[in-house]
Amino acid sequence: MLFLEALAFIVDPANLLGEKGILPRLVDHLLYTGLSLGVALLIGIPVGLIIGHTGKGKNLVIALTGSFRALPTFGLLLFIILFTGLGLWPLVFVLAVLAIPPIIAGAYSGLDSVNRETIDSARAIGMTEWQILGKVEIPLALPLILGGIRSATLQIIATATIAGYVGLTGLGRFLIEGLAYHDYTIAFAGAILVAALALAADGLLALVQKLVVPPGVSRGSARTTHRSRWNFRPAVSTGTHITGG
Amino acid sequence: MIEFHGVSKRFADGTLAVDDFSLLIPSRKTTVLVGSSGCGKTTLLRMINRMVDPTSGYVDIDGDGIAAMPPVSLRRSIGYVMQNSGLLPHRKVIDNVATVPLLTGVPKKEAHARALELLDTVGLDRSLADRYPSQLSGGQQQRVGVARGLAVNPNILLMDEPFGAVDPIVRADLQHELIRLQRDLDKTVVFVTHDIDEAFLLGDQVVILQVGAHIEQQGAPSDILANPANEFVADFVGSARGKRRLMVDETADSRGDDLVLIDGAGYPAGVVDAPGGVLPGAGSSPKSRSISNKTDQAGDA
Ligand SMILES: Nc1ncnc2c1ncn2[C@@H]1O[C@H](COP(=O)(O)OP(=O)(O)O)[C@@H](O)[C@H]1O
Ligand SMILES: [Mg+2]
Repeated sequence: MLFLEALAFIVDPANLLGEKGILPRLVDHLLYTGLSLGVALLIGIPVGLIIGHTGKGKNLVIALTGSFRALPTFGLLLFIILFTGLGLWPLVFVLAVLAIPPIIAGAYSGLDSVNRETIDSARAIGMTEWQILGKVEIPLALPLILGGIRSATLQIIATATIAGYVGLTGLGRFLIEGLAYHDYTIAFAGAILVAALALAADGLLALVQKLVVPPGVSRGSARTTHRSRWNFRPAVSTGTHITGG
Repeated sequence: MIEFHGVSKRFADGTLAVDDFSLLIPSRKTTVLVGSSGCGKTTLLRMINRMVDPTSGYVDIDGDGIAAMPPVSLRRSIGYVMQNSGLLPHRKVIDNVATVPLLTGVPKKEAHARALELLDTVGLDRSLADRYPSQLSGGQQQRVGVARGLAVNPNILLMDEPFGAVDPIVRADLQHELIRLQRDLDKTVVFVTHDIDEAFLLGDQVVILQVGAHIEQQGAPSDILANPANEFVADFVGSARGKRRLMVDETADSRGDDLVLIDGAGYPAGVVDAPGGVLPGAGSSPKSRSISNKTDQAGDA
């Protein structure tokens, strides 16, 4: 049976090390993932926080999460390689582009979920904007921010298999080689490895996500106190003169 | 002493929330701004700590224009209490109370010790210090809000309908607690409400507002009751409907020296102690919040 054969391939110590072994390819896969995620975080987190804190640029979030999702990653990678030649950075760039939208969306929606009155009163007692961001908004938004990072990570891990097509390695090589030589055991083993890595990363991040839920805040209540920023005006008890929004 | 000089506020969307408002708010007294929802009370209050900047006109504190003061330090020097307490949900009660002192560099130990004292001050058990706001009742949360407002020992305390969201019994409790507090603390309290009874209960000075923060009448509660400036005020305070005009109900059967009072509509409103059927005089002041040891010093907000 294919599945058992694939498992046998994975656990066979002979396939662990060596140039084409599981371990070096796993390490490479993690390297691509880490680099791409790092770049994506470096760009996505500040952008998401700025949009979330100021409330400006909401449309950008919608555009990013909508249209960028449909971006053909492999096509983009080939396109870039036409200009840059093969190498690590085109891959990292493309994976980061893939990961930035969910990261921005998570950071933005995290901040957007923080109760407007909480922020307003933090400002009214004399917190600076940075203190509001760092001591109020980010702690309260952390579960959702991490949610974005989590789905970005999963997408990177799954998509990093394309590295194997462009002169790099990673777990995708097993898939490519297996398919090329009609050795479906190896291809299947590659698929299992990628899935396992994705599941492990997801489980780990899910755990972290649970741990960062701020004390005193259940995730349910964070959601029910949600108020849309777009209709918010600092005054709370306004009458029927709804003019904003 | 807080002074509004011809202050107007037009919001970006065109709403003229405050239209040429001038008022002197004396130090160490409670001034209540009262009016229906949307008349500009909150906007007025927030112009004192620069949460809102006037479009024209200016606000002074003790003679100094606040427009030149950095908002953050101004806000840290003024207590602010709002309707839904505005506490930080992810911080324990004690850290909520100590928020501003901690921001300004007061050592944690000291700030916490002071926060515990403030819990006593507002009538909260110290055992609540380690709870999170969501683990408190609405009334308790408001008390924490007041304690937080007092944490930097500000001269000025701004309160925006702080008791609006709690049930009537708890509200009465909190109101009397505030009267007691104010007797000890002598702050310059600016209190916003839409409830005229609350305004009369708490205010040394009551300012009745209409849309655009137009002042219909300002004065001591007794003055306003005795001489409503116009029909709007009479209606607003309830005199027009006879709610404030009380008379002895001659038909009521009462115990001892008490006589039953009814309002203009004939509904029972209270009792009065009248030994031998003679109505007593109440003495000099109807209510004695302001006869503490306060002295009306200038220059202390
Ligand atoms: N940030 C804002 N932008 C636009 N309009 C506002 C804003 N804040 C308040 N308003 C409007 O200004 C008027 C006065 O509001 P407010 O001061 O909150 O009244 P109150 O506190 O007496 O209910 C209302 O018509 C309200 O809708
Ligand atoms: Mg208001």
